[in-house]
Amino acid sequence: MSEVKTLNRQSFEALQASAEADLKLAQGRPSVLICAGTGCIAGGALKIYENLKNECESRGLHVHVGLTHESHENKELHIKMSGCHGFCEMGPLVHVEPQGILYIHVKPEDCHEILEKTVLGGEVIDRLVYTLDGVAYPRQQDIPFYKKQKRVALENCGECDAEDLREYIAKGGYKAFEKALFEMSDEEICRTISDSGLRGRGGGGFPAGRKWDSVRKNISDVKYVVCNGDEGDPGAFMDRSIMEGAPHCVLEGMMIAALAAGCTEGYIYVRAEYPLAVERLKTAIRKAEEAGLLGDHILGSDFSFRMHINRGAGAFVCGEGSALTASIEGKRGMPRIKPPRTVDQGLWGKPTILNNVETFANVPQIILKGADWYRSIGTQGSPGTKTFALTGNVVNTGLVEVPMGTTLREVIFDIGGGIKDGKKFKAVQIGGPSGGCLTEEHLDLPMDFDSLKQVGAIIGSGGLVVMDEDTCMVEVARFFMHFTQNESCGKCVPCREGTKRMLEILERIVHNEGTLEDLEMLESLSATITETALCGLGQTACQPVLSTLKYFRHEYMAHVVDKHCPHCNGKKKGLVIDPEKCKGCTKCARNCPVEAISGTVKQPHVIDQDKCILCKACIGNCAFGAIREE
Amino acid sequence: MDAKTVMLQRAEEVIDAYGCKKENIIAIMQDIQAEYKYLSQDVLALIALKLDIGVAKVYSVATFYENFSLEAKGRHIIKICDGTACHVRKSQPIYDAIYNYLGLSGKRKTSEDGFYTLETVACLGACGLAPVMTLDGEVHSKMDPDSALALLEQVRKEEEAAG
Repeated sequence: MSEVKTLNRQSFEALQASAEADLKLAQGRPSVLICAGTGCIAGGALKIYENLKNECESRGLHVHVGLTHESHENKELHIKMSGCHGFCEMGPLVHVEPQGILYIHVKPEDCHEILEKTVLGGEVIDRLVYTLDGVAYPRQQDIPFYKKQKRVALENCGECDAEDLREYIAKGGYKAFEKALFEMSDEEICRTISDSGLRGRGGGGFPAGRKWDSVRKNISDVKYVVCNGDEGDPGAFMDRSIMEGAPHCVLEGMMIAALAAGCTEGYIYVRAEYPLAVERLKTAIRKAEEAGLLGDHILGSDFSFRMHINRGAGAFVCGEGSALTASIEGKRGMPRIKPPRTVDQGLWGKPTILNNVETFANVPQIILKGADWYRSIGTQGSPGTKTFALTGNVVNTGLVEVPMGTTLREVIFDIGGGIKDGKKFKAVQIGGPSGGCLTEEHLDLPMDFDSLKQVGAIIGSGGLVVMDEDTCMVEVARFFMHFTQNESCGKCVPCREGTKRMLEILERIVHNEGTLEDLEMLESLSATITETALCGLGQTACQPVLSTLKYFRHEYMAHVVDKHCPHCNGKKKGLVIDPEKCKGCTKCARNCPVEAISGTVKQPHVIDQDKCILCKACIGNCAFGAIREE
Repeated sequence: MDAKTVMLQRAEEVIDAYGCKKENIIAIMQDIQAEYKYLSQDVLALIALKLDIGVAKVYSVATFYENFSLEAKGRHIIKICDGTACHVRKSQPIYDAIYNYLGLSGKRKTSEDGFYTLETVACLGACGLAPVMTLDGEVHSKMDPDSALALLEQVRKEEEAAG
């Protein structure tokens, strides 16, 4: 890092050139990328990194960490810890260049072999290669999981050393910021973002350019940019991966937003559950400050900008804009009535740009490549790509980025590899606790903001939880209601009380104690809460219940009418008569209220399972203990 | 100096490091809790005093956020992820198994001997490894009731062996 001193435009460009040259040099050399996302780290990625380094040292190989222009005549290796590669199910992942080989489920003890055979010998280790239906895919780019994806927001995730500012610059990082700073007016930046059609990736889908322009037009002594990294939707982790894998990309997006609207301070609000993301962002901010990309008179211009990180403290509702800003101010994270909107009165009552992580991560490329390029991806109403966190009962759990308008079928079956253990697809929950479930009939629906809205679902932040045929949808609805109820901040009555009552009803139903009136009550409560709750959390809290009631009413009926759910309660229980013990006294048959028992005197009797109502009157009446439940 | 005085002294250092600013109350409480695993009544009162706000206000913030604990915790903290992906991949049986193993009941979340505290945590974002649990912050992936109990046994044994 010695070269990176406080930069002006000229020295920044010189740095770019030298970093690019180093990158080119590095690309010819053998290098090993170890995925260091949360998932792979939990699988032992750090140990792999250590082992590999030790192996190299014991062999006299020079290890490069970070870009350098030293040369060691072929006796050298680049080792990089990259951001999330997305293929979390197969982790820990190790990527070997220049061959482009991807190894899966790597263990620390495999390092010796990887170094010996692949790095030095150029050979592929079959046992560590991903195979599907008997076909081996040694090269990452051929794997079906990656083939159908298009990476924009995740472009640098999994390819770069997340902590290396120089490598980010070598790959064109901060070029968009430089362009925006020296070649574009604030109005032009806003117009470019507006023209690109970029919509907020956090759930609402509000046009980002319009938001920025509103803040730009507002006159105020101070304005803020806030990045919402409070990814609370359970089952979603795309923002986490971006913050961990490409922190500079998020900073750059925010800095461009700040230029566009004249903001001087930026805040990133990150969930407390993402300690690695906090760490990487802190490092990124520190390095950007050291280089003079953040602070006063950035690159020798008049523009000054500072960044702060706030850690959340475990409140889902803080993902809501006004609750988030309240939390940054050190208050209880409770939403307030709008208007005034955040663009007029946000953080500390000042005009504020508030977008989520993925939205900011899209910005640098839009500025560099233009609005038309962005519009060429995705659909008319929803340009660009969307990252999804694909989880649940699916073969390839992981992080997926596809153009907007890609169908569910492509994502779940072509990229996700279908349902785990050869089971049947039942439903997919999209948009988390604020979204709805979609079924088989929606598999060919294009996923974009507007198409999903029409069927009662939302893209939300992009969580896709796949459920197989064994999942009870009533239980899933209860799960989400439990979540929302728990996270309700308590400010407005409809959400605080309504979700509580709904949860009680759902719990009753799951325990087979519900009635048909309960179903009507659920619908009526849902309508009230949706209409009257204060914020988005409450207004969308009933979506999972409404959509499961719509598409899986028969499962509610199984719980309510049959008092037996095949998914929750297993095989239906029945009463049977042991023919060995039965003396044929006929007492059970005479006492059965539904005449389900038949047989001749002094011969063993049998119970008709279709008629039996499990009242167990027969058990009490049998003097021989011949009837049992099984 | 007794442990309580040390804790208060340390808390004061943290508050001072944040410049006694009201807006930093969440960060202050996070840093103190990171060291002591909970926020004692005295600590909350100290925060109120130093930030020049009411004790009620400090309590309102401390009780609003799930991450803050006003009760002392066990030596090791187990967190079971309660996210959707973990839920559909059967995290509840793991929680139940540990709950029984530790002999917990009702709202009591810490084992009798003060060794383990059992909690749930909203999605950790490690959905690819579901179901996951953390033990003192370290993520353990693809768990089931047996492997979870084995892990707890192992930690207990290791510590006993170390005295």
